[in-house]
Amino acid sequence: MSTRLFGQRILRTEDPRLLRGEALFIDDFVLPDTLHVAIVRSMHAHAAQLRADVEAARRHPGVVAVYTADDLGTQMKPGPVLVPPPPIPGSTFNARTQTPLAKGKLRFVGEPIAVIVASSRYVAEDAADLVVVDVDPLEAVVDLDAALAPNAPLVHDDLPSNVAAYVAQRRGDYAKARAAAACVIRRRFRYDRGAAAAIENRGVIANWDARTNELTVWDTTQAPIPVRNALASSLGLSESQVRVIAPYIGGGFGPKIMFYPEELLIPWIAMQLGRPIKWIEDRSENFVGTTQEREQIHDAEIAVDKDGRILGIRDSFLHDTGAYDPYGLTVPINAQCTLLGPYEVPAYESEFTVVFTNKTIVTPVRGAGRQHGVFVMERLLDFAARELKISPVEIRRRNYIPPNAFPYNYEILYQDMAPLTYDSGNYQPALEQAIKLIEFDRFVQDQPKLRSEGCHLGIGVVSYVEGTGIGPYEGARVRVDPNGSVTLATGVGTQGQGHFTSFAQIVADQLGIAQTDVRVVTGDTRDMHWGTGTFASRGAVVAGSACHAAALRVREKVVWLASELFEAAPDDIVLDGGRAYVRGSPSRAISLGELAQKANPLRGAVRPGTEPGLEATSYFGPERGSTANGVHALVVEVDPETATVRILRYVVAHDCGNVINPLIVEGQIHGGVALGIGNAFYEKLAYNSNGQLTSASFMDYLLPTALEVPPIETAHIETPSPLNPLGMKGVGEAGAIPVAAAFAQAVENALARPGFEILEIPLSPSRLYELLSTGEEGPQAL
Amino acid sequence: MLKIQVSVNGKRYERSVEPRLLLSDFLRHELGLTGTHVGCEHGVCGACTVLLDGEAVRSCLMLAVQADGHELMTVEGLADVNGALHPIQAAFREAHGLQCGFCTPGILMTLLPFLREHQSPNEYEIRHALSGNLCRCTGYHNIVAAARLAAEKMTSSANA
Repeated sequence: MSTRLFGQRILRTEDPRLLRGEALFIDDFVLPDTLHVAIVRSMHAHAAQLRADVEAARRHPGVVAVYTADDLGTQMKPGPVLVPPPPIPGSTFNARTQTPLAKGKLRFVGEPIAVIVASSRYVAEDAADLVVVDVDPLEAVVDLDAALAPNAPLVHDDLPSNVAAYVAQRRGDYAKARAAAACVIRRRFRYDRGAAAAIENRGVIANWDARTNELTVWDTTQAPIPVRNALASSLGLSESQVRVIAPYIGGGFGPKIMFYPEELLIPWIAMQLGRPIKWIEDRSENFVGTTQEREQIHDAEIAVDKDGRILGIRDSFLHDTGAYDPYGLTVPINAQCTLLGPYEVPAYESEFTVVFTNKTIVTPVRGAGRQHGVFVMERLLDFAARELKISPVEIRRRNYIPPNAFPYNYEILYQDMAPLTYDSGNYQPALEQAIKLIEFDRFVQDQPKLRSEGCHLGIGVVSYVEGTGIGPYEGARVRVDPNGSVTLATGVGTQGQGHFTSFAQIVADQLGIAQTDVRVVTGDTRDMHWGTGTFASRGAVVAGSACHAAALRVREKVVWLASELFEAAPDDIVLDGGRAYVRGSPSRAISLGELAQKANPLRGAVRPGTEPGLEATSYFGPERGSTANGVHALVVEVDPETATVRILRYVVAHDCGNVINPLIVEGQIHGGVALGIGNAFYEKLAYNSNGQLTSASFMDYLLPTALEVPPIETAHIETPSPLNPLGMKGVGEAGAIPVAAAFAQAVENALARPGFEILEIPLSPSRLYELLSTGEEGPQAL
Repeated sequence: MLKIQVSVNGKRYERSVEPRLLLSDFLRHELGLTGTHVGCEHGVCGACTVLLDGEAVRSCLMLAVQADGHELMTVEGLADVNGALHPIQAAFREAHGLQCGFCTPGILMTLLPFLREHQSPNEYEIRHALSGNLCRCTGYHNIVAAARLAAEKMTSSANA
């Protein structure tokens, strides 16, 4: 057999179409007779007595229809809770989800109020300006602490407070651990995140064909199958009448997994009007109408012994969920669980309160709460190390779970509702690799000299784990076509992760073909009925394993048929170069295409029980997620006068199990790190006290550019997961998770000011300057 | 409605357009050249970059009527008539300089005039040239590598 494709740096098969501008993204689809939508959104964070006068808009030339909440009939009900909370004893969860259009009360800026349908987007926006929205403004709930004050205004009037959920989990006895500690560190941390800011905004196109009674929807979703299911259920259709297609998508990063009001409204309007309807989100809408991730405030404490070994951690935090909580508890539970990192923590007490605020809804953004937890843990370790006068590298080394302790069960529940158990890991090699690459020892040696020369250079080294590849399951269908090509269909959508290539590599390996011979179909519910979607770094692990399983079954069918034809033992059949032959007789071969034709006899008789074709559908559902890990290290230079920070070097040593395609994995890491750098120092969703987002454009919300993101050096360590046959772990979020923690450590190290601690993210030059100025010594003292 | 005449990728078009129609919408929706993407409509992300008389411009910050009488080039004009990738496109594939590919057309069109003027740019020059294009997937690492590779390819094909 030819070289195994799994593990090779293979160039992506999808690239030529993308590079030529031929790949079809949502706004590129043109259906004849399409009507275009503009959405009137709330300008108020909190208001009552909503009255929307749409008469002038209705009369505007070119407008075909205008809908408000009163026009929606039976569709006017709260949307689904997409992720039910795990059954943690003693937890509470108040599910509140939005109706497709607001009625009575407005709960965040950006909440949809009315839909204008017109001959063009330009006309629809003209008409949107004619809608008169009248409300009684209410005080906005913005700050988390204030939201929980006894007399705080209520986001949801039917609840006694703004508490959306409360969860407490514990392991061991923290009080005992604390009593035995040589050192206890307690701090308050504020960790804020931001917008996913995929360069492509969202969009939905729907077409109802009244002749066939079929609804086709193109949607920038990461989860087309759940969207299909929700649409069928809401619109009273069978699932086979609804086809959802997730085309090429210009970045996902989390917020494209939802069931947004627009995802129901556009198909529903298409059915009402009998014409194709198109809505493309613009950037201003994206900042307020697409979900985000935001602040958690942690009051956390670590108890360590005299050698810096962790005895226990206690953490109590607030989590901002925004106006509704359709994604359950995924983000705060990820924060709660991922805080533990790669470390042995014998005692852990963690509780969180989820708070409703008058802001855009919070759902996972690449990392999904893991950043918050990792920041808290890594900072606590930094402070403990400083207190005990040991190096930040050494304190981590001393606390890693040893390689012989896996599977390692933390005895608390994870987001996938299973106990938080790490399947496998070997943590120290990543640390040693990272400090070798960043030349840690040399840096420490050179630092005093650099300092004496006035160079404020600092180094940071942190670890993290990433729970990846969670269930429930994904499916794949592999079929050999009579022309010899192979078609692979899977239900997950793709947003740039290279699925067209990596899934093809897995299938091609089993069938002895090139990956370019595999035509990959992703994200079309017509081709794969079952599945959940692309999220939680699970595509390669879960869908990839399903591809492998289906390819194995097709391989068996091919081998069996060839063995019958050649009258040879199945073990003697070789698949290579798109042909099957008996070992030792490659000149007498039959092509896969011919075999596919023979597997589908059109006349005559077959043996009873025969299935036609060389085709198989397989599913893969892991018993739980596989845990990836890594270490990030960086060197920064801080200008103490302007408080600007330049990253001089960035190193990632990571372990995502067996790697399908290193080229793609490295790309995932690079992009994650860039997102993390944005989160650490540039991007801020700045809400004012009225709940208005004051950074709602790329002029104010600063994505890092090629000048801010440094070259990123990577190293792979491969500790295979025992939970899937190919030993894979996910990698999609790894790059983004520990960046801010590493950044904070490095900036502190560069400044070397006694008592100066970074307890919040994001920073910015001005915020860092402020923090330095309010310290005991001003920045001029540096 | 105003009548305009433009040349796009060497082909002449004559259309009547509303004065307020953005050049990006004109290219995408009137001419069907959907390779040019729109990411922010306020001139920051650079996804909509096209060439106007050989210079990189943001088509979301121009009106179609302002392009009247000018020569435009979009990403569709990069590959040759037989479909062979332009050296910049080939370099992006070889260096894995794209992931979702949405920002890519704007980046390719930004680099084309830059690389024509800079035969062997250093890393800082490349990063500076790219600083008006936002990419959320790649962290720019492989985009910079692709730009460097593209410079080599363009130089060697010019010398060939």
